[in-house]
Amino acid sequence: MNDMSPDSYVTPDGRTIGGVVMEMKNITLRFGGVVAIKDISFDIREGEIRAIIGPNGAGKSSMLNVISGFYVPQEGEVWFRGSRRPQMKPFEVAAQGIARTFQNIALFDGMSVLDNIMTGRLTMMKTGLFAQSFWFGRAEKEESYHREQVEKIIDFLEIQNIRKTPVGRLPYGLKKRVELARALAAEPKLLLLDEPMAGMNVEEKEDMSRFILDVNDEFGTTIALIEHDMGVVMDLSDRVVVMDYGKKIGDGTPDEVRNNQDVIDAYLGVSHD
Amino acid sequence: MGGDNLAQDQTATGGLSSIPALLTRNAKEFGGRPAYREKEFGIWQSWTWAETAEEIDALAMGLLALGIERGDQVAIIGRNRPSLYWSMVAAQKCGAVPVPLYQDSVAEEMEYVLDHCSARFVICGDQEQVDKVIEVKSRVPKIEHVIYVDKRGMRKYDHTHMNWFGDVQAEGRAGHSRLEPIMAERTAELDYDSTCVMLYTSGTTGRPKGVVLSNRNVVESAKNSAEFDNLGPGEDILAYLPMAWVGDFIFSLGQAYWTGFCVNCPESEDTMMTDLREIGPTYFFAPPRVFENLLTTVMIRMEDATRMKKALFDHFMKVARRVGPAILDGKEVSGGDKFRYWLGNLLVYGPLKNTLGFSRVRVGYTAGEAIGPEIFDFYRSLGINLKQLYGQTEATVFITVQPDGEVRPDTVGVPAPGVELKIGDNGEVYYRSPGTFVEYYNNPESTASTKDPEGWVATGDAGFIEPDTGHLRIIDRAKDVGKMADGSMFAPKYVENKLKFYPNILEAVVFGSGRDMCTAFINIDLNAVGNWAERNNISYASYQELAGHPQVMDMIQSHVEEVNASVAQDEMLSGCQIHRFLVLHKELDADDGEMTRTRKVRRNVITDKFGELVDALYSGKSEQYTETEVTYEDGRKGKITATLEIRDAKVVPTGGAQGIAAQ
Repeated sequence: MNDMSPDSYVTPDGRTIGGVVMEMKNITLRFGGVVAIKDISFDIREGEIRAIIGPNGAGKSSMLNVISGFYVPQEGEVWFRGSRRPQMKPFEVAAQGIARTFQNIALFDGMSVLDNIMTGRLTMMKTGLFAQSFWFGRAEKEESYHREQVEKIIDFLEIQNIRKTPVGRLPYGLKKRVELARALAAEPKLLLLDEPMAGMNVEEKEDMSRFILDVNDEFGTTIALIEHDMGVVMDLSDRVVVMDYGKKIGDGTPDEVRNNQDVIDAYLGVSHD
Repeated sequence: MGGDNLAQDQTATGGLSSIPALLTRNAKEFGGRPAYREKEFGIWQSWTWAETAEEIDALAMGLLALGIERGDQVAIIGRNRPSLYWSMVAAQKCGAVPVPLYQDSVAEEMEYVLDHCSARFVICGDQEQVDKVIEVKSRVPKIEHVIYVDKRGMRKYDHTHMNWFGDVQAEGRAGHSRLEPIMAERTAELDYDSTCVMLYTSGTTGRPKGVVLSNRNVVESAKNSAEFDNLGPGEDILAYLPMAWVGDFIFSLGQAYWTGFCVNCPESEDTMMTDLREIGPTYFFAPPRVFENLLTTVMIRMEDATRMKKALFDHFMKVARRVGPAILDGKEVSGGDKFRYWLGNLLVYGPLKNTLGFSRVRVGYTAGEAIGPEIFDFYRSLGINLKQLYGQTEATVFITVQPDGEVRPDTVGVPAPGVELKIGDNGEVYYRSPGTFVEYYNNPESTASTKDPEGWVATGDAGFIEPDTGHLRIIDRAKDVGKMADGSMFAPKYVENKLKFYPNILEAVVFGSGRDMCTAFINIDLNAVGNWAERNNISYASYQELAGHPQVMDMIQSHVEEVNASVAQDEMLSGCQIHRFLVLHKELDADDGEMTRTRKVRRNVITDKFGELVDALYSGKSEQYTETEVTYEDGRKGKITATLEIRDAKVVPTGGAQGIAAQ
């Protein structure tokens, strides 16, 4: 943690927010003639929960994909931990300590919850295919170690009861939680959540919010999330970026954003009273 | 208590007159055997008795370092975990009194109990419980220290009066040489009459009351019941019922410490079934609801099984139902039946019991409410020794139990060892036993009105003792038992329970007090009846339409008539047969005040609200129009109207009503 950073500060609830870990500078992303993101700049600080909100088609998911390195913007620069990030392969992104979940759940349906989460630790396993197939020597010790880490995450997310259940049999809300578990298994420094609460009922949303806050609090993980549910976003996040038609129309604390006239007009709608 | 008594008591239990004394013995005698297991991080962690003793000592010394005094109350809130069981014993070792609370109670309920017992220390399982304590702390100024077990989410809390469980133990270990003698002194002071635990009754009527149980109550009850069922140090139990409930205290602490058996704690509330299967307890307790749900799951899964498997299951279950209970009771059956049962065990019962986690169950108990005879017989026919017991907090659980070989679904058994029973003039059951509670904490009026100077305690239940077998039969709550116009006994719950055992009937309300005949409101079970309607191509658009469907009425009528036939068998209650009934057009609901939150029927409210329907039942009409106000889940109110059909049910003639209430 970069405690020495001159602009680090402590939030009202006692968390320390450090310096900038990731900075997007004048990002523009085009798909052929369609401009998905137009000249957007913002930063993410160490230890904060940063939300990206906007109406449908605003370019939120594209933005997240730029952060995760999946899309390479035509213009602009992504700075990560003080250096400009080159074009990277997904595993290189993972090795940098970035993990993500997907809007449309991307788990292995036929595999158990436990096995799915274990895949999150794949990049950390050092023994080869041969040793793992025959499960001898280092492979055995290594798997036990990783299993222990995975069990801690299972305990953390309170999914012990579905440990051995195939993911395909789980309801939607739990699948989302398993996906979060898999992302956490990679021990990320920066966690990207793509609509973690889409399609959930109120109770599931509350649970998920609590888990997101706990992850941030317990592991000090920096979190960037996209979310539709305004109530959730305003409660969870430290700072919010608001996008509309690929442009940034607001950036600041939830209160600032809520009172920003552009945001009210474009996204929250004009008040009717 | 005089010295004589004490000396005699202590010989009876070998000088072991407190839970800490039993712990010392177990650490010496069973040092290497497992005392506790808990599944954590996917693995069963275990602690031997020797390790348990060390953990408890460390905690006790840690509590002493925090300044715990003799007679302090230590509230304990959380799910079943070894550390919380240790907390109870550690408190006792310091001369303090453990007070386990229901972990699912909301902050306001907790506030009352914490205030009433004036707890100085609160030991919480996790953040959720700590939050509740903090919420009420400003109004309950006696609380000084909060200790929590699970560190998660606790980092940011103000720790000026808060400690992590592990830190308290570490402090205790560090101060060992200073604190050990103090602990030893306090533990040595414990005798048969010192308070063992304080348990709050759930408070269905009025405020919860703190039942004070002495070491005598707990140790004697544990000893008697353990001997009754031959429990030994090899037993395994699964501790999953609320720690604040007297049953869990006796099973998981009293009996466990008396016999030295192992208490297994599930990983979380939701993993209970998996953990049950992995542990395979030898001694198991569950309320009827658990057994019902398990049976339903089995039946649903059998419906989906292949035809071959289904046929096998049906065939062998028929065999089991016929001969299983007899074989379990050790009665003589024919060689052919023995072989068939053996084969069934190989193919069906064995694997089924294994799936349910009941392979090793030697003694199983159910209590709390009436269990359906079919459900009860199902488990017994599989060879699971399921029995009923009847008890309450004030009796340290045991009032009556069913001995092996004398198990029947309709009685609650014979008096437990050391228990005396008597039936009052109004039919109420009274008992006196070594387990009879000391007092209600800070509530001498209630103590006096419940326990008379000779030690007899009123149970609040009406019942009678079968003359030929000596078994106790509970009929109803004493206050609900009335008389009909001809003076015969009226016990609504008895009949209602019989009706409710039919899956199609969700609730029943029987009227008849002071009347010349009994009548009933019936609520259908939408799931069961809806399912039945679907299978029989009966279309319906609403609950009301389904409830009033003629075929549904026919079905309910046949159930009512079967119940009448069964009630008629009982000479005392044969007057309670249902002459007329109707099926209600709405489900009885707690939101409308018709039931309590724990789903108990509120008779008075229903009689007032549906007055015209009750009148119609007694006026001989064949239908009645009614308007009812309902409250929707979002709080809005609406009205539903219906014309309900009223039917006559066949009753079995009996040899005239007998006035038996004055038995």
